Amino acid sequence: MNRKLTFAIFRYNPQEPGSRPWMQEFRLEETENLNLFVALNLVREKQDPSLQFDFCCRAGICGACAMVINGRPGLACRTKTAELPDKIVLMPLPGFRLGGDLSVDTGAWFRAMNARIRSWIHNDEEFDPDAPEVVMDNQVAEQIYELDRCIECGCCIGACATAQMRSDFLGAAAMNRIARFMLDPRDKRENREYFEVVGTEQGIFGCMGLLGCQDVCPKNLPLQDQLSHVRRKMGWQALKKILPWSGG
Amino acid sequence: MRIIYTDLLCIGAGLAGERVAIEAARAGFETICLSLVPPRRSHSSAAQGGMQAALGNCIKGQGDCPDMHFQDTVKGSDWGCDQEVARIFVENAPLAIRQMDYWGVPWNRVVPGKACYFKGGEKLEKEEPRDRSGLITARDFGGTAKWRACYCSDGTGHAMLYTMDSVALQYGVQVHDRTEALSLIHDQERCHGAVVRCLKTGELRAYISRATLIASGGFGRIYRASTNAVINEGGGQIIALDTGGVPLGNMEAVQFHPTGIVPTDILVTEGCRGDGGTLLDVNLERFMPWYEPDKAELASRDVVSRRMQEHMAQGLGVKSPYGDHLWLDIRHLGREHITSKLREVDEICKNFLGIDPADSLIPVRPTQHYSMGGVRTDKDGAAYGLKGLFSAGEAACWDMHGFNRLGGNSLAETVVAGMLVGRRVAGFLQEEDMRVDTALVRGELKKQQERVDTLKSSTKGDPPFEVRNRMQDILMDYVGIFRNEKDLHLAGEKLQQVLQSAENPKLSSSKAGADPELSLALRLPGMVRLALCVAFGALERRESRGSHAREDYPARNDRDWLVRTLAFWPGGRALPRLEYEPATKVVEIPPGERGYGGCEVISAES
Repeated sequence: MNRKLTFAIFRYNPQEPGSRPWMQEFRLEETENLNLFVALNLVREKQDPSLQFDFCCRAGICGACAMVINGRPGLACRTKTAELPDKIVLMPLPGFRLGGDLSVDTGAWFRAMNARIRSWIHNDEEFDPDAPEVVMDNQVAEQIYELDRCIECGCCIGACATAQMRSDFLGAAAMNRIARFMLDPRDKRENREYFEVVGTEQGIFGCMGLLGCQDVCPKNLPLQDQLSHVRRKMGWQALKKILPWSGG
Repeated sequence: MRIIYTDLLCIGAGLAGERVAIEAARAGFETICLSLVPPRRSHSSAAQGGMQAALGNCIKGQGDCPDMHFQDTVKGSDWGCDQEVARIFVENAPLAIRQMDYWGVPWNRVVPGKACYFKGGEKLEKEEPRDRSGLITARDFGGTAKWRACYCSDGTGHAMLYTMDSVALQYGVQVHDRTEALSLIHDQERCHGAVVRCLKTGELRAYISRATLIASGGFGRIYRASTNAVINEGGGQIIALDTGGVPLGNMEAVQFHPTGIVPTDILVTEGCRGDGGTLLDVNLERFMPWYEPDKAELASRDVVSRRMQEHMAQGLGVKSPYGDHLWLDIRHLGREHITSKLREVDEICKNFLGIDPADSLIPVRPTQHYSMGGVRTDKDGAAYGLKGLFSAGEAACWDMHGFNRLGGNSLAETVVAGMLVGRRVAGFLQEEDMRVDTALVRGELKKQQERVDTLKSSTKGDPPFEVRNRMQDILMDYVGIFRNEKDLHLAGEKLQQVLQSAENPKLSSSKAGADPELSLALRLPGMVRLALCVAFGALERRESRGSHAREDYPARNDRDWLVRTLAFWPGGRALPRLEYEPATKVVEIPPGERGYGGCEVISAES
């Protein structure tokens, strides 16, 4: 006998005059291997075609479908209903502008973040089309890739107490991104330049160390390590600024 | 209504679109990318295993060169490609990959010394030389003479896309995400931009651009089961076809990837087989060497998919509630290899199948994966039939893939074509001005607004989601891996009925803003027209070539069919008009044996 699932879904369409936030319930019979990607599409196709949510790759690769699932930020596409109770409560990810229902504008947020931390390789030398690539130790390449795996889903921002209190907080995704560039020998920025972009209350010094980010990261990124790594480097940089003889 | 002016409008912000945009922006032109999703969620991010470039750094790639890459690509295409384009591509791929390295992609590198690797089920040893240490390494992929697929674990597309988007940000490329182009603004001769719907507010806007690029990826989602992201519905091809003057090339050339997982159709990379994984049947026996003694699991994708299908037809598939499948076995590669070089595969198996691929078999079957066909362009990426319109990447039919694309050649195409077409677009912007015709712009905006209004006020018809499902099922049932006249006829008839329903649906909600049902209703007739181009092109092509396998015409016919299909759809017609052009003007390698696949050939001289 299949379970009868109840989905309580946050509804609000800011574009529709008179729309108010409310919770709507939908019922669906559970089938084998049902996940939230299939379930939400079924609800939309069979019960309410106006329901807004975001899926793209539906394979846990693109990061489009983060939402709060029974109180916890996660990727909907790879959440199986079998892991959840009969009643499933779905809310949009907090900390981002709401598009409608479960759809939030993570794109604008992450683009602004990447612009603020100047998230690209800084190198004054021109690309030489005739030269072979600069050699790199494979271990270094793998360490960079490890941090490069962030899919900018926004779960870490949704789970971050500081980000909920101050909208200009850069969050763990940004610190991880900065740590990725610090690791990369192709990026010629010095610590003092990184300090300018993350050595602030909006950056690494705003982190309260609650580590909700690490708990919810669907890619299991070592966010705790990156936060402490960036904090150490930036702390030392801050000290250098105070102690003029230290060369900062 | 809002009108936005720009030099270059890129429709699509995946790897190809952003690469073109970067080239234009670096040349000082204002560039706007439209995208259905934030650029970093584009389907390029889902490319896993690698990018082909003949660097020849690793020991199993030693001696590799663009010539060998060229031969593999032409054979892979079953001589359907444009050889001049394939040549330009292979010569530029090494440069393009080094530029991606310069911009920050963390490519895996050559590690000197002895190491084990697997070929098929067999464990072998190789030794990487000291003098190549730290250069970009490669893995084995199907249909290649050398190890040539450069990679970042199995998140190669993700790493490349994030790097590309960083560079786009650096050079000031503007992104208008959550937007969808509904039509091109044109006067039959020149493209003036596009009418676009904002998917945040539902508002229509016009973008007026001196150059317009279509780089919106493939159209795999016209099939029910596809490895593609849900956004790959062919939006770019639709607006090109709708002009009536721009043809789509080789729409019948649809690739089925051997290893989509069952259920959910998510891709696991060819790198699994490249790294030594094997395919097993219901008796847990390896079967590919029986069919393909030389290449086995590493024949080209069209061949492996056909052999798998044939094998299942003999009753040797594994039964499941989701239909028959086969097994992919990577257990022997070991947990360390899987969790480092195949970690996406590891995650996908654990999250979507609930199995650990280090000790369980992976259920797989051939699944729609790639569109070789698309907006037909010349070697510079300029679309046929409309000045000022360009196309690159999977959206285009450039055409280096012919009737079958090799694994790893699509990522390579995005950055190579992006670089070259980008240069051409920058040159075009340098030279070409345009007289803005406000009546033309307002006319197109009005036309699209009327479409929206008509859809919202319609009182009878079928729900769009239902109509879409019907279309997808027809393609699954009658336009799959093996095709024949009877099925294709039936598909054509049924799709024409579906087209009528698609043009007159009834919406149940029509709420304000970006209503998802309205979004589908707006693109649905175009999707069905693409489906008809696929079915009709397949019906007319009375031969088998690459991924196009006709049961009733099993031979490759170089005498009559060494041509590219061009599908036009002038307004008011019930079916596309098909024309043909020679597959290639330049012939470096005359048609011959591929060395796998065992297909009979009717030679051009016969």
